[in-house]
Amino acid sequence: MSSAAKEVKRRGSNAEEMGARQRDISVSEFFAKNRHLLGFDNPRKALLTTVKEAVDNSLDACEEGGILPEIAVVIEDLQPDRAATVKSSRYRVTIVDNGPGIVRKQVENIFGRLLYGSKFHRLKMSRGQQGIGISAAGMYGLITTGRPMTIVTRPKATAKAHRIELAMNTKTNRAEVITDDETNDFPPERLRAVTLGARALASEKGFLDAIEFPTGTSVSIELEGRYQRGRGSVDEFLELTAIANPHAKFVFVPPSRESATEEDDVPLVTQGAASAASSAKRTSETHGVLIYPRGVEELPRETQEIQPHPKGIELGILLQMIKDYEATEKGSLYSFLQERFCRVSPTTAAAMCKKIGVTTRTRAADIEPSVAEKLFKEFEVTKLAPPPTDCLAPIGVRQMLAGMLKGVRAEFYAASSREAAVYRGRPFQIEAAIAFGGDLPCEESARVIRFANRVPLLFQQSACSSFKAIAETAWKNYGLQQPRGNVPTGPLVVMIHMASVWVPFTSESKEAIADYDEIRKEMKLALMECGRKLGTYLRKRMKMKRENDRRDVFERYIGEIAKALHQITGHSPKPIYDSLLIQARTKTAIADVELDEDGKVRKAIAPDPDDDDDGVIIIEGAIPNLPTQPVRTSAPMEFEEVASTKKPAAPRKKSAPDAVNTKSAPKPKTDAPRTSAKPQKRSVADTPSLF
Amino acid sequence: MAKKNTTTDSTPSISTRLKERDARTSKKILDLAEEMVKRILGGDDPIIQIPTRAKSNTLWNKKRGILEMGSATAARPLFDLKTAKQFMQTMLHSNTISELIAAGKTSSLRGVFYKAKHTVAGTRENTFDGQDESDPILEDLEVALGALREELHVFAENRGSMVGNITIVDRGDEINCRKMGSGGYALPSIVEPDIIQFKKCEAKFILHVEKGTVWNRFNEDRFWEKHNCILTHGAGQPPRGCRRLLQRMTEELKLPLICVLDCDPWGHYIYSVIKQGSISLAFESSRLAIPQAKFLGIRAKDFRECSLDDAVKIDLTENDIKRAGEIAAYPWFEHHKGWQREIGGLLKNGFKMEVESLITKDISYVTDTYVPERLKARDWID
Repeated sequence: MSSAAKEVKRRGSNAEEMGARQRDISVSEFFAKNRHLLGFDNPRKALLTTVKEAVDNSLDACEEGGILPEIAVVIEDLQPDRAATVKSSRYRVTIVDNGPGIVRKQVENIFGRLLYGSKFHRLKMSRGQQGIGISAAGMYGLITTGRPMTIVTRPKATAKAHRIELAMNTKTNRAEVITDDETNDFPPERLRAVTLGARALASEKGFLDAIEFPTGTSVSIELEGRYQRGRGSVDEFLELTAIANPHAKFVFVPPSRESATEEDDVPLVTQGAASAASSAKRTSETHGVLIYPRGVEELPRETQEIQPHPKGIELGILLQMIKDYEATEKGSLYSFLQERFCRVSPTTAAAMCKKIGVTTRTRAADIEPSVAEKLFKEFEVTKLAPPPTDCLAPIGVRQMLAGMLKGVRAEFYAASSREAAVYRGRPFQIEAAIAFGGDLPCEESARVIRFANRVPLLFQQSACSSFKAIAETAWKNYGLQQPRGNVPTGPLVVMIHMASVWVPFTSESKEAIADYDEIRKEMKLALMECGRKLGTYLRKRMKMKRENDRRDVFERYIGEIAKALHQITGHSPKPIYDSLLIQARTKTAIADVELDEDGKVRKAIAPDPDDDDDGVIIIEGAIPNLPTQPVRTSAPMEFEEVASTKKPAAPRKKSAPDAVNTKSAPKPKTDAPRTSAKPQKRSVADTPSLF
Repeated sequence: MAKKNTTTDSTPSISTRLKERDARTSKKILDLAEEMVKRILGGDDPIIQIPTRAKSNTLWNKKRGILEMGSATAARPLFDLKTAKQFMQTMLHSNTISELIAAGKTSSLRGVFYKAKHTVAGTRENTFDGQDESDPILEDLEVALGALREELHVFAENRGSMVGNITIVDRGDEINCRKMGSGGYALPSIVEPDIIQFKKCEAKFILHVEKGTVWNRFNEDRFWEKHNCILTHGAGQPPRGCRRLLQRMTEELKLPLICVLDCDPWGHYIYSVIKQGSISLAFESSRLAIPQAKFLGIRAKDFRECSLDDAVKIDLTENDIKRAGEIAAYPWFEHHKGWQREIGGLLKNGFKMEVESLITKDISYVTDTYVPERLKARDWID
């Protein structure tokens, strides 16, 4: 062949040719090729996102249905015998909930259509703001394994459940039903024996019992994923979701084999005893199955939908709203302002109309874009009442404490819930909680757990406004160490929750809250409230320790002295000992009364004004290195008789976690007599019979 | 070799005296303990009053010529974090001593330390962490009870030796110091009258030297025989036993004490302690101090007077000069012309001289010439 003989093809196409090639891209197609926008960047995240979407849906459904959620998450490794070097595997993820179920008609729409749902259009605090929905997960599963989603749902307790296998057609953005049966197998019996742990749990305490799930939904997706513990894992997600949703119970059956990894797998949940007694209100593990029990027995408040507030609107949206209104209501701008916005009274509407040069009768349809722009500017300057806040359902102080208590083993908990505030016309509310001490590691940076609308934020920590707020708070004031510009160091967990009708994120991946002055300010205020409570507690703790040290020193020597005096003089040692003990107690009590923590003399211990009883839990006996009684061995002294009773601890109120009664910090040990007669008798009776 | 010859007449009186003294000491301890018990049962703070053993509480009694302890006391209460442990330790040692006395036995400082050392019941803390915690407590007890350590049945190590024209009885054994060979009689730690009695003494004075090696020189040359004296040394800074014995001999046998020490601040200090007493043992000055002790040499002028070799010179260090100044400022030397001249001479010389350096003149120069000449001329400082 010769290139010369052939006509040289002109390079490039002309507009027609290009035009012929263009066509509609379906939404599903777009997302199929841009999975990272949805959270399916890598196998590990894909697994996490699938669980997240399903769990969020379940929680929303239960709450809307007025049911206390019980959710089971089961991940099965479908290729357990793969080679060790193969990082990802095929998993089947199943989430079962006891929600109200889904009517048969809606199944395809909910599970098989992207960008379909009730939440996107509403200005209401909801989890769904953050996800593209379960459909994307199903689509991902289909793409990576070719297998359809399986949904089993029973909307009516008396009727049979529907079992549907669904696969999405990306071109038509519609789901295709592959099988459609009715069955009684809900919750799917198969899951109860899926691993050794599940089987054990089912027989010991019950797992996915049909009685507990009269109605509900189960979603099963097979996908290419990677199960690995540690930060950003399914485990962490469930742990944090359990903390932010203490009204829910979760059971997690992990796959039997983890991916091999060189990184440290940070165990996020301390393993509790498998006995029923101890697992009552704390997260525990039984045969590999993790149980996150319910912490409170009430559902969160129902949130109301609100109209947008003029201050939170963007120009483009405003124009669209006017157009919509024009199409549906055909009313005046005056009415438009009052109907479609919150906090716009007739007076305000009239004033606005006047300002932009229209009358109260001018129709919305007749508004020119330039006038609309004027209106937009007017919104920005008009004084308006802040938006209503009943659209928000914060977690609540009690609930946060219950959640933290459940999942974090510490000795001190405090929580604070701010009043609702506004940023850019959108209501929001900040809540914070901290856990300190106990089993938390002392030498590491504080652990930060972030939530937006009760959904944990697992990634992009340092870009998040809440993380920055924590780093900017002066924790040194509360007795903690803090490197410059960073979160404090110490045995601390800090939780921040932002509830809003619209949480601003830094990027489309929705992992970090964007910076707004109003939001940052509220966060810091919430943190400072918690910090103050911590500071009070730590001061009291130090004081108690000092007191104990002092008491310890004297009491240690008293025995020796009594013995020595007995041997020299022949006097019986017991009365000497007792008398010295009383004196020791008196001395240390007096010392406490007279000195404050700086060693300055003061009249009486004034109650700390910040020491309110609300929002604080202190676990007795969890305080390390702080014996509530002097350490005694079994045979302390060679006196005539030897007994080894420990001194009874000073009575303190132990907070019962299940009742989640927030108690005040315990008062300093009061067995030291402050008045004369009565306590003295008591102290002597308290003395162990050493003689 | 000492003949074992227990003299029957002294033994009952000794044991009686022993018993008396022990009874006195025991009673003191008992009184202290009883007072504590009384206070405790009465609900009062138990406090031990311990006389202060610091310079601030040490006074020089010009008339008697000794250092004395003032009347300042420090309170040692139990219910004070700073003193609680020491209170306990004091009680423990009191108990140990009372036991020793009751058993009629003695123990060393370290022994007492061990006896009281144990872990406080129910804790991981020890009553004593080291002997350096224990020894001061014993000293506190000495002053608080007004009893010598020896009376508390606690002894220190033997240091120092003696030979000479004297016979003593040591715990019933007769010791003839004329026949103690080259080793000499080792001075014990406890030399109280109930242990040591003076049987026969012909010596006319006591010659005390600083070191054992110098003492050997004198003993080998039988100086004590030739000049009819008692020859002692204290192995440097003489221990209490040595000082007490010297004091007893000067006091009871009316023997003058002549010291031959090095010409340096250390030697001057040793003399000072022998003469006036020490701050740490000021409470015992009445039993340890020998105000009439005399300093024979080595003197600053000797370099010229004895035409000594340059080899004997050792330069004074910074510390020496400082020390010399401190000693010159002692109240008992301050207005003492002789001593001011002596120390001034030392400083002017700029060097120090040891007794042993006299060997440069002759091996036995110190015993044959130096000391006898000075004794004859009564050339000493008081």
